[in-house]
Amino acid sequence: MSSRIVHWFRFSSPATFYPLAGKLIPWFTAAAVVLIAVGLYMSFFVAPTDYKQGEGYRIIFVHVPAAWMSMFIYLVMAAWSAIGLVFNTRLSAMMARALAPTGAMFTFLALWTGAFWGKPMWGTWWVWDARLTSELILFFLYIGFIALTSAIDDARRADRAGAILALVGVVNIPIIYYSVKWWNTLHQGATIRIGEESSMGTTMLITMLIMAVGFWMYSIAVALSRVRSVILERERNATWVAEAIKAEAR
Amino acid sequence: MNSIAEFFDMGGYALYVWGSFGVTALLMALEPVLLRKRRADILKRLDRMARMNVGRSE
Repeated sequence: MSSRIVHWFRFSSPATFYPLAGKLIPWFTAAAVVLIAVGLYMSFFVAPTDYKQGEGYRIIFVHVPAAWMSMFIYLVMAAWSAIGLVFNTRLSAMMARALAPTGAMFTFLALWTGAFWGKPMWGTWWVWDARLTSELILFFLYIGFIALTSAIDDARRADRAGAILALVGVVNIPIIYYSVKWWNTLHQGATIRIGEESSMGTTMLITMLIMAVGFWMYSIAVALSRVRSVILERERNATWVAEAIKAEAR
Repeated sequence: MNSIAEFFDMGGYALYVWGSFGVTALLMALEPVLLRKRRADILKRLDRMARMNVGRSE
């Protein structure tokens, strides 16, 4: 029994995870580049013109994947935070911190592309409706997490404070997701509903999914890259760091 | 879509389509650059630390 637990926790050690992450990054980067290249090509040259929104609807191919990533990254960040609080593993908090800036970026992009879509279709850049407001709150949660964790000097205390903020804020995710159902909003309903038929054409749907998986691979690659820097910064006095850097330079 | 000009016009939605794709591309290209710089900075710092320690132990 105990040997299994030890094996599992092995990867929660920064010394073990650092080289593993280094080996994984090129694969996720390659997958992201290929998928996003194919996705972009399909976005402009394969997906047909929309009968209602003309070429303007093509914003969907970056808007929806960015919005999905903004919520998904937050869930992963909250999950790492919970693991860190329960098991007191150092790496969990580092992962949470590595994810936050990318999550904030995708939240900003969801809001930005949403504004650029709202202006021609609704006639306004912004409305204070449930979907848009809860997504803006998500952006503030990311910013708050980054500010809080970097304002506390003691790394372990900063980890705990950040983890609690991330876990309290997770309540906002279902609010964003179901906001279009719970409230009357200008924002259209979910494009893809679990267990129901999609409301869009197959080619458009496939294009959007390819872009979404591409953004996902991108997120993993940048998060792994950032966590490696976080590990080096925080473990700089550990003896394994010098050896690991030497091993990679070889 | 027949001509390049027509393509970039995006059926009159040029500002909105390119404003969305452009900023997305910009940020997703910028983030890896910043990460590379962060890594270079910490490696430089670690290198300096290592050399200081060598000097001390001698």
